[in-house]
Amino acid sequence: MAKRIKPFLLANGPMLAAIAIFILVYVIGGQLYPNMQKPQVFFNLFINTASLLIVSIGMTFVIITGGIDLSVAGMIAMTSAASAALLAKGASPVLVMPLMLLVGIVFGFTLGCIIHFLKVQPFIVTLMGLFFARGMAYIITLEALPIQNATYRYLALTKVHIPFFANAYVYIPSLVGPLLLLVVIYLSFFTSFGRTVYAIGNNEQSARLMGLPVGRTKIIVYSFGGFCSALAGIVWSISLLSGYGGYAPGMELDAIASVVIGGTLLTGGIGNVIGTLFGVLINGTIVSILQFNGTLSSWWTRIGVGVLTLIFIGVQSLFYMRKKH
Amino acid sequence: MVDNQNILSMTGITKSFPGVIALEDVDFSLRKGEVHALVGENGAGKSTLIKVLTGVEHPDTGLIELDGKLIQVRSPQHSQELGISTVYQEVNLCTNITIAGNIMLGHEPHRFGSIDYKKLNAFAEQSLKRLSIEIDVTQPLGNCSVAIQQMVAIARSLEITNAKILILDEPTSSLDANETNELFGVMRKLKSEGMGIVFITHFLDQVYEVADRITVLRNGKLVGTYATATLSRLELITKMIGRTLVEFDDLTKLKRESSQHIGGEALLQAEGVGRSGSIQPFDLELHAGEVVGLAGLLGSGRTEIAQLLFGIDKPDSGSITIEATPVKNHSPLSSIERGVALCPEDRKNEGIVAELTVRENIILAMQANLGWFKYLSLQKQYEIADKYIKLLNISTPSADQPVKNLSGGNQQKVILARWLATNPRLLILDEPTRGIDVGTKAEIQKMVLSLAEEGKSILFISSELEEVLRTSHRVVVLRDHKKVAEYSGNAEKHIDIKTIIQTIAGV
Amino acid sequence: MKNKTPLLKRMRENRLFWPLVAMALILIIDSIFAPGFFKIGILEGHLYGNLIDVFNNSAPLMLVALGMTLVIATGGVDLSVGAVIAISAGMGAVLINPVFGNQEITNKVAADPNLTNTPLWLVVVVTMVAGILCGLWNGMLVSRAKISPMVATLILMVAGRGIAQLIERGQIMTVYYTPFFWFGNGFILGLPVSTYIVAVMFLLAWVLVRKTSIGLFIESVGINAKSTYYSGISEKNIKLFAYIFCGFCGAIAGLILGSNIKAIDANNIGLNYELDAIFAVVIGGTLMSGGRFSLLASVVGALIIWTFTITMYTFGVPANALLAGRAVLVLVVILLYSDYARLLMNKIFERKGSQHGEAN
Repeated sequence: MAKRIKPFLLANGPMLAAIAIFILVYVIGGQLYPNMQKPQVFFNLFINTASLLIVSIGMTFVIITGGIDLSVAGMIAMTSAASAALLAKGASPVLVMPLMLLVGIVFGFTLGCIIHFLKVQPFIVTLMGLFFARGMAYIITLEALPIQNATYRYLALTKVHIPFFANAYVYIPSLVGPLLLLVVIYLSFFTSFGRTVYAIGNNEQSARLMGLPVGRTKIIVYSFGGFCSALAGIVWSISLLSGYGGYAPGMELDAIASVVIGGTLLTGGIGNVIGTLFGVLINGTIVSILQFNGTLSSWWTRIGVGVLTLIFIGVQSLFYMRKKH
Repeated sequence: MVDNQNILSMTGITKSFPGVIALEDVDFSLRKGEVHALVGENGAGKSTLIKVLTGVEHPDTGLIELDGKLIQVRSPQHSQELGISTVYQEVNLCTNITIAGNIMLGHEPHRFGSIDYKKLNAFAEQSLKRLSIEIDVTQPLGNCSVAIQQMVAIARSLEITNAKILILDEPTSSLDANETNELFGVMRKLKSEGMGIVFITHFLDQVYEVADRITVLRNGKLVGTYATATLSRLELITKMIGRTLVEFDDLTKLKRESSQHIGGEALLQAEGVGRSGSIQPFDLELHAGEVVGLAGLLGSGRTEIAQLLFGIDKPDSGSITIEATPVKNHSPLSSIERGVALCPEDRKNEGIVAELTVRENIILAMQANLGWFKYLSLQKQYEIADKYIKLLNISTPSADQPVKNLSGGNQQKVILARWLATNPRLLILDEPTRGIDVGTKAEIQKMVLSLAEEGKSILFISSELEEVLRTSHRVVVLRDHKKVAEYSGNAEKHIDIKTIIQTIAGV
Repeated sequence: MKNKTPLLKRMRENRLFWPLVAMALILIIDSIFAPGFFKIGILEGHLYGNLIDVFNNSAPLMLVALGMTLVIATGGVDLSVGAVIAISAGMGAVLINPVFGNQEITNKVAADPNLTNTPLWLVVVVTMVAGILCGLWNGMLVSRAKISPMVATLILMVAGRGIAQLIERGQIMTVYYTPFFWFGNGFILGLPVSTYIVAVMFLLAWVLVRKTSIGLFIESVGINAKSTYYSGISEKNIKLFAYIFCGFCGAIAGLILGSNIKAIDANNIGLNYELDAIFAVVIGGTLMSGGRFSLLASVVGALIIWTFTITMYTFGVPANALLAGRAVLVLVVILLYSDYARLLMNKIFERKGSQHGEAN
């Protein structure tokens, strides 16, 4: 038994570190602000990070293949603007939501094809995707457009009560992320597709030589990323009940940060979505602490997340460089 | 009666690339149940032959017959499907996935739509059992030694195709003695099952231990195929790197004259310099006006010495002194400042800066020595460039031609010019004539001797022993990452090639 | 040993060719569809008109493009230029009108156009230092910590906006001090001050990279860092220089932009500058993978995108709507300069050339 612990720790070290840090930060918050100890605060994390979690899950796969997707925030904005515009024209949510998801898939598919077939670096392609998506959102509407659709309002305001915790609740959109998480866990570990994703991230050349469908898998991964961004956009537009091109500024860094802090290597091949979940929760906890503090400006989150990401990247490279020798 | 002992038969294979003929009319055959070693120095054509067999390259002419049927290998994927499995030196597996995962990657057993890990691990264990290996298949491949990784690679290639041929490309480079023995055990077992194994290696001991036949390639041509039992080590090495006669020519005369100018004091002195994993501690003295040749087989440590002396690598032990001053802060720039220059082995990746012009490439190191702010005026740059274009007879439309447009030989001359422009006292040349036409080879060799006559010290590294002997006053022999001998010639007696070959062979 | 390449081919291979063609195209469209575009008049003793606006407003972008050129030439990228603009503009505003606590500037004294809390020269110096420090930060992460340039500058890109917000205490700061406006709105000898600033910076950049060996080393590092190392050049310091210079350019751009806009919003100032800067650099022929670069071509590239933007304004298209189009354009330009496109182009022109007996 003891013999299996050490390799387990080594293999999952970074993810365990993320879990540990989350618990640590949460406990510190609870000590500093006793009000944080209420159970609802924990569930608020899921409410507040609903979009971020979904986007980060999609981002995890992309980063595991060794790529990156900077367009996620733009896609959220575009989805929100498009949804708001369509709903304002009287379209039904039954039409709007699947349509948005389709747009997201097509968008991601296009990016993936450019990256794979035209061999342009992922960061520049998805950076342009970011600007393109935001641009499209602004073309749709220059100002924030409110959503008054009844279904959206219902989804936004209906509380779902948590069993065993009195007075604890989340909203319906907050459930999407955790559900998606389960699906992706299955994909990662129990399908050939998932294994191929990890293989590509470790060594794309080897994966190709081993006969794996590298091109197809990469394009699917980016399409899935687009899908997640669109899904996150739907959740966002429900939560805010409006759409606008300027929404979710800088969320690409939050997503990347969550993935990295959760133990996924930027160079690819190592990491998983469970870690990402904790990366997202850490992000949410930091925001919560700042909210409870009340005096520190929220801009500190931006800076804090940036610094934390940097530290984790640094630790990762040390950890894995030593392993090589 | 058709000889159906041959599982593979390649005839008349020719493959050329722009400027160089990699393979010329080469034949190669492989029998069922045999281990067939393929040997040859750098540039001999071994890797090209394998690339043709595995579909990475397509031959210009020639036929390939597999199991009696004519085939055309379209791609690596296709070669696998045909039953040709290859395991490369850099194991092409994924270190982040378990052993079992790697063996079955892409072919995982499923149950109700998801991967059945129990079956996966069972299959993997079976696979390795066939190779007489028992190991925990659930650990990540990255945790395992290179030896195990290779076994896994072999297991995988056998598992997913009905392999008839197994190609092992330098499999023992990272293995210790025990691991090598285990690999040989696996090879013998597979051989007894009828597998044809192509074994590419530069370790001649191992060839004698495990191979039934040996094919020797040299300069793209087939030297011959021999039964191991009938070929002695000495004969083998002779076929690989040299002829038994050395011709007298102008070069030797020039050498005889120039050897009188050799300086007495050592210009560079290396004492006990070594680097773990790369070269064992060695002593070396280099004098002005002298050409010292480094001879030895591929992998014996020649380039490692060059890189240590120039400052690309830092030594773990020993000291280097230049003109009695010890070298500190060893780096390429500090070497240039002390008058040491290195013309590197890998022209494409370590030598030329492809899109820069001939002029820019030539003055690059010289400018590095001057620093950021003492910029050579354009006029001066053209002067220097033109001077060396003329001196080295570099064939280029103008000094403004991007160096990538030049032929290999002319590119080499540009690199040479770059280092000559720094006015070095010690010039290290690592394979300066590789992949170059015969005429330019002779030019460069002559140049080496005239540089020595001017008072420069030269360290000349080459796989071609004849070349080393023709140009060197003194020859240092390396074997297995260790300096083993040193031979000097003088005005009366030239260095005996036979002796060198014997030293390299270790007999 | 001269080679007789036909004039058309030599022109085509000059880096300025395609940028100038694109520029000409836009100007032709303007002259046809917007005749008032080219009118230049004299007002209050200085030149006035659309074209002058173009030069004045494109100055910050031209500066950023200068710095970005060097960074991309080393094989990297700087996504934080917008954030650096925000930090430096915000710093300028705060130094001139410091806000204590959460008080807004309703104080008559602070709104005095002749009053500044810090002498202008000091404001300029501090802003420059801020830009250099940002560049140093990016440069150290890339050259010493060996973090990929995209990730390293992404961090400052997002965190930098946070820093800018902190500097401005979350408010949109309006500057009232008139001498400060001179950078973005003043005129010397009829031409905008910003044009002179760009000219000076261009000259400085040109001297630094073409009159020293730095330019050659940058190109060499971008093409093949290993061979460059074997020749005795350390890529670390070259890359560090490029990022520092880029930060410096961003700071000056921020000064001009802040001076132009007068009300500095840390969230929006310099927004999307990264996009336009990358566009300016790639249309100038510098590859994203690094190597050969041309400062002049990048400046022309900046001019092109600004002329394009102003042309669109003239046709009534709002700025944000252009964002999508600009993004697609950058990608198209990158593809046009990629290896695939080059092969295709050569095939097309080769067929024409071989009819004239030209060897290729």
